[in-house]
Amino acid sequence: MMRLPNFRFVAPTSVHEAAELLTSSSGDAMLVAGGTDLLPNMKRRQQTPGTLVGLRHIAELRAISNGDGLTIGAGLTLADLVRTQKVRESYGALWQAAAQVATPQLRNMGTLGGNLCLDTRCNYYDQNYEWRKAIDFCMKKDGGTCWVAPSSTKCLAVSSTDTAPALLALGASITLVSANGSRRIALSDLYRNDGIHYLTRQPNEILTAVHLPESTGWRSAYWKLRRRGAFDFPVLSAAAAAKIAGDGTVESARIVLGAVSSRPIEVAPAASLLVGHALTDEAIARAADAAAQPSRPMDNTDFTLVWRKRMTRVFVTYALRELRGDDVRDLRRRVSRQELL
Amino acid sequence: MVQITLTVNAEPVDAAFAPYKTLLEVLREDLNLCGTKHGCELGECGACAVLLDGQPVLSCLVLGVDCGGRTVTTVEGLASDGRLHPLQETFADLGAAQCGYCTPGFLVTAKALLDEHPRPTRDQIRDALSGNLCRCTGYQQIYEAVEAAIGQAGPKGPALRDTRTDASSVRRPGPFGPGTDQSR
Repeated sequence: MMRLPNFRFVAPTSVHEAAELLTSSSGDAMLVAGGTDLLPNMKRRQQTPGTLVGLRHIAELRAISNGDGLTIGAGLTLADLVRTQKVRESYGALWQAAAQVATPQLRNMGTLGGNLCLDTRCNYYDQNYEWRKAIDFCMKKDGGTCWVAPSSTKCLAVSSTDTAPALLALGASITLVSANGSRRIALSDLYRNDGIHYLTRQPNEILTAVHLPESTGWRSAYWKLRRRGAFDFPVLSAAAAAKIAGDGTVESARIVLGAVSSRPIEVAPAASLLVGHALTDEAIARAADAAAQPSRPMDNTDFTLVWRKRMTRVFVTYALRELRGDDVRDLRRRVSRQELL
Repeated sequence: MVQITLTVNAEPVDAAFAPYKTLLEVLREDLNLCGTKHGCELGECGACAVLLDGQPVLSCLVLGVDCGGRTVTTVEGLASDGRLHPLQETFADLGAAQCGYCTPGFLVTAKALLDEHPRPTRDQIRDALSGNLCRCTGYQQIYEAVEAAIGQAGPKGPALRDTRTDASSVRRPGPFGPGTDQSR
């Protein structure tokens, strides 16, 4: 049986206090919100923080405010998000992504901020200590070699967050707070294509809120590939959002791929092919072909990489057909095991 | 050691334990409540599900030290006045428990569903239980047992009936069919 390693636990009641605690613990502290990502990692000794700063008692992290768009506290659970009517009505891709994370119990625990900062995943990394020791560890933790591609100088662990591709398609930004102040950045700037240093968040910063722009005229959708209808992380996902005029012409669009790289990939050239056109079968096919170009899944998750690469085009097509208003309920039931309407 | 006070199965409890223990370990090792099962310990099976402040969560991923003042319901807390919860009756009557290891997690998760949606559809039951793995039953009997408990497990105290009458009206599959549900 795997026990957690020892740690000191502190439970601040304000973001300010939490930021001070992070700064004063000399880089040895980690934040814990839902714990659904960090605690398994700690049991497997992938992370062994000396101090855990619990965020559960900070009410300001659970605020939702309207205004110019929507601001969502990073401490809201994924189940909270799924229950939020405004998210369901106006930010469909986020609602569909949150509703497909893991399982109902894990959605009652895991938070939006935690899902955005989810550790990158790999078959050679997400194993217990003894398993990893037996292969002399890997580059991401305690070792020097990337076992997915031994000649690689970079860790190839996979970005496995569901909400990030959806939020990138929706044009989200985030607020990061440290003891020195706060900064607001585009969500896209949070991520780096490096399995080890996959976030630009500094160790002393707390992700406090996600900001979504006004959604009038926009439609969005999120499609996730996984083996089972629950539990599994995405091994490919496609998020799409488009602002569509009354006559059906696309005025603006974003397409984002998840789980094919160490960060979510926005495919701007593919989205720009849609602008000025209606979402015809031909336009969708052109955009889906272009979107699949940068998809380079590695052989370190479920399913074969060739098939996952091939499915990229298919899943982008599904997302764009949903934006067009096609009845995708049967398809959803088959692919997602839920209608997600 | 850390010391906390929490409410377990409607009784206030003081617990002292090593600070790295999960709620699952505190329940089983320090409070001697072994009904909650230790499965994968990584959030991949649902065997350790309990209700925390009324919501189903995985106790293997909850820090014990962060449970002060909270309310926990385990499978031991489902029966009242010496009578089984209707879900426990229907699970037993309809073969929804075979080896039984996953059963406590299913029972508390199903109880939370019926507390929130007294008359769930089959799809709602399937979704609510999608975080609990069972390697024996093929799930069909579990869904049928939850359906048989509908109407008996209201949040305002169970109106107990003889579940055997209800059970006989539910289609019982034979040992090899109709086919198991492979949708999850």
